[in-house]
Amino acid sequence: MNIVVCMKQVPDTTEVKIDPVTGTLIREGIPSIINPDDKSGLEAALVLKERVGAKVTVLSMGPPQADLALREALAMGADEAVLLSDRAFGGADTWATSTTIAAALRKLGFDLIICGRQAIDGDTAQVGPQIAEHLSLPQVSYVSELELAGDSVVVKRTFEDGYQRIKVKLPCLLTTLKDMNSPRYMSVAGIFDAYKKDVQVWGLADIVVDEANIGLKGSPTRVKKSFTKGAKSAGKVYEVDPKEGARIIVEALKEKFVI
Amino acid sequence: MNISEYKGVMVFAEQRSGQVQKIAYELLGVGRRIADTLGEPLVALLVGSGVTDAQAKDLIAQGADEVLIADDPALAVYMTEPYAKAMTLAIETRKPGIVFTGATTIGRDLAPRVSARVRTGLTADCTGLEVEDGTRNLLMTRPAFGGNIMATIICPEHRPQMSTVRPGVMRKLERDDSRTGTVKRLGLKIEAADKNVEILEAVVEKAAKKSIEEASVLVSGGRGLGTPENFEKLNGVAAELGGLVSASRAVVDAGWVGQDRQVGQTGKTVRPDVYIACGISGMIQHIAGMEDSEFIVAVNKNAGAPIFEYSDIGIVTDVNKLVPALVEELRAVKAAG
Repeated sequence: MNIVVCMKQVPDTTEVKIDPVTGTLIREGIPSIINPDDKSGLEAALVLKERVGAKVTVLSMGPPQADLALREALAMGADEAVLLSDRAFGGADTWATSTTIAAALRKLGFDLIICGRQAIDGDTAQVGPQIAEHLSLPQVSYVSELELAGDSVVVKRTFEDGYQRIKVKLPCLLTTLKDMNSPRYMSVAGIFDAYKKDVQVWGLADIVVDEANIGLKGSPTRVKKSFTKGAKSAGKVYEVDPKEGARIIVEALKEKFVI
Repeated sequence: MNISEYKGVMVFAEQRSGQVQKIAYELLGVGRRIADTLGEPLVALLVGSGVTDAQAKDLIAQGADEVLIADDPALAVYMTEPYAKAMTLAIETRKPGIVFTGATTIGRDLAPRVSARVRTGLTADCTGLEVEDGTRNLLMTRPAFGGNIMATIICPEHRPQMSTVRPGVMRKLERDDSRTGTVKRLGLKIEAADKNVEILEAVVEKAAKKSIEEASVLVSGGRGLGTPENFEKLNGVAAELGGLVSASRAVVDAGWVGQDRQVGQTGKTVRPDVYIACGISGMIQHIAGMEDSEFIVAVNKNAGAPIFEYSDIGIVTDVNKLVPALVEELRAVKAAG
């Protein structure tokens, strides 16, 4: 079985700070990590590999330094790694990104594609389902449990108010939640192996894709502007009896449309 | 693509178990405002099984001018492909300029699938929606980088302009049963091949078991509450607001509540729409975990507590007397409708 795990290298957003003067992100010194939902997807793939035997390929799109995230995946136990990296892919929104990744997946071949539900820098949760559409595959998103059942997978799909247990035939695409497992650490032997293995770098010439559908010019959406929310100052403080305090809170919640 | 052919605002009226969800009304609220600005109609798309005229009338009373219904037994429970087929057909036949879907676990599965199919842009989790003067393009504003930065996105050359909208941000309209509108049923046929997944089991849990990071309202307790029994009473406030109870480290260390509820540097970072800090003094480690909350209310009997420097509203009073008064007040509001 061929499993391809799509992953993104992201800045650790819990450490992202805003430059108070320019209002832009300070990226220097911010560690890059494998996106958490993707890392759990990789762990799920590695568990399947151990149980039933599978080849696990990790696929990422990004700048050359995203190589590091792929090497970490190799050190965790992935068999092969492909990095889609080309200036022509740059500036892509989710539509163009998913088009590019889908083209690479066609070339790689797959029985099961696993994507993290969403990346912590963009939080869109769109690329997984869009890849599935481009490849005409069934999708199940928000997956928190996964097991193989013959030529199908049985997954637990979570909702705000419950869950479904869903059976879906391979080939298909799943998007996974970080809570589904605790990803393993890289092993020492794995780290040595990871540097013996190659990360294949694919550019525009390596995949079959219409140039009009990729990168900035293939993207239907544009960022018009970005800005930071104004810093917050202390609000009003009332020294009142409890009943009046409760009334003030309820009034404020009404104004905020919470109730 | 001739974008001038695309007119009107369409909202996906999400239903679960035949119940139209709160997010549908919120989308009608923002959709009404955008439609009025553009001078175009507001369309509600209701996908389900056994959809009634009363449900369509309800959507009209909540702001829709037109209701499109996709009704098929295969649409009773959400499944990606049959729903994607329904929404695609609605877009292809009605040609709306804008499509809003709730940023729920259903909307965030459905909308990207459809946007890829109709080859248009999709902006996720919008918290601000406006029409740009002049171009009449939709300005879609959303948080990125974990809420550290906001971005305004446009989709100038493709239609419809699609976005998912974060639940709890937009305001629904006052219900008006005198409103009129049209109801149309889509001639949709779901084939066996469209059901490309098999739902083995569907479980609806009464109380959504969410983590505190996902809750839109958190009622958080600290040592100032004094006893575990007093902490317990926060559940009443959380229940009235549809939120969860969280806690400071002191309370977790004392064993009043599990660690999964701890907010702060060694706990979780939360960013709810409303954070109500009860008897929490506001040590810096706690502040680090909640300062990005949209709206912060603090209740503490010590007027010098640092938490007041971070709150939008501060109440200096006996928190253990305020909590029952707050539950009572919230119930009174609910009873008044």
